[in-house]
Amino acid sequence: MTDALPPRALGLTAGDEIPPFVRTTGFAHWNRYAAVNDEFVPIHMDDAAGREAGYPTAIGMGNLQWAFLHNVLRQWMGDEGRIEQVACQFRSPNLKDQTVSAHGRIESIGDDGNRLRVELTVWTDVDGGDPLAPGTATVSLPNPGPADR
Amino acid sequence: MTEPEVTSYISPAMADAVGRELSRQVSYPISESDIRKWAIALYYPEPPPRLFWDANFAQDSPHGGVVAPEDFNPFAWMTAEPGGVQGPRSNDPQLTEKTLGLEPPGVAFQVNGSISVTYGQRMRPGDVITSITRLGGYRERTGRLGLMLFTTQDTTWTNQHGELVRQSQGTVIRY
Repeated sequence: MTDALPPRALGLTAGDEIPPFVRTTGFAHWNRYAAVNDEFVPIHMDDAAGREAGYPTAIGMGNLQWAFLHNVLRQWMGDEGRIEQVACQFRSPNLKDQTVSAHGRIESIGDDGNRLRVELTVWTDVDGGDPLAPGTATVSLPNPGPADR
Repeated sequence: MTEPEVTSYISPAMADAVGRELSRQVSYPISESDIRKWAIALYYPEPPPRLFWDANFAQDSPHGGVVAPEDFNPFAWMTAEPGGVQGPRSNDPQLTEKTLGLEPPGVAFQVNGSISVTYGQRMRPGDVITSITRLGGYRERTGRLGLMLFTTQDTTWTNQHGELVRQSQGTVIRY
C-alpha cells in the first residue's frame, strides 16, 4: 500500500466515497482464491455446475467479495490504518467475467484523541447495479491533530 | 398426498443447544509463504501491498514486520488440531445439528446470509491460531422460499499468547 494517500491528506468528509477497488473476476481469479482457501466447490469452478444451480455461468465466492471489501479499505487507508470491524450481507453472487467493484462511503468521523474512528457504508456491485454484498465497516486512522486536518 | 406444512424448524432440543461448542481448531504456525500466496490471490492480477510480502519494507512499517491480511484464513487445507488430512468440506445443510447429536431440522438447502467480524491483534508469521465456534442462535422467517431458518455461529480466534485475533458472527440461511 505504498501508493495509498496518507490519512491526513485524505480530507475526510462524511458523505465522501473512497476510491473503489475493481477487478474483473473469473476462473483465473477464483482458482487462485480456491487454492489458498481450499475452496474447491464446483459452483465456483464449472459453468455446468453454475447452470445447474440456476445461474448462466459459474459464480464467484462470497468470501472473495468479503476480501474485496477489506481490499478497498486497505487501499484507501494505507499501512497506518486499521480495520476494526466489517460486516456484510451476501445478497447475490457475481458471474464469470463480470467486473466487481468494492466501494466505501464515509458516514461519520469520530475522534478519541489518539485515533480517528471512521464509520463507513461498504458494498460490492457489478457496473453500479444493486449491491451484491452491502455492509458496514469501522476503521481507525492516526489522528493528525486539529492543525493538520 | 401432500407433505404437512412445516411450521417451525426449531425443535426444543435445538433451542436448548444454543451456546454449545460446535468446533475447535488449532492452526499450524502461519508461514510467510501462506501470507504471500493469500495476498497474491486477493489482489490478482495486480501485485499485493508490500506489507504482506516484503520483510524489509514491513519492518519499517507501523506493524514492525509482515502481517497477514485481516481476512486471512490460517485453517485452510490442514490443521494441527484436529490433525491429519481432512476430507472434502461437507456442504450438508444439516451438519450443525448432526455435529451436536440432534435430530436435524429437515432443511434441504443453505446459503451464507451474513458475516460480521471485529478484529483484534494482527496475524503474523509464526502465529498459532485457535478457533472456537459456538452455536449462537436460531430464528425463523417466512420469505420467498417459504420458511427459512437463520442459524448464527459465533467464532473466536486467539493467538498463542491468548490475545483476541477476531470475533465473528456468521449467519447461514437454510430452507
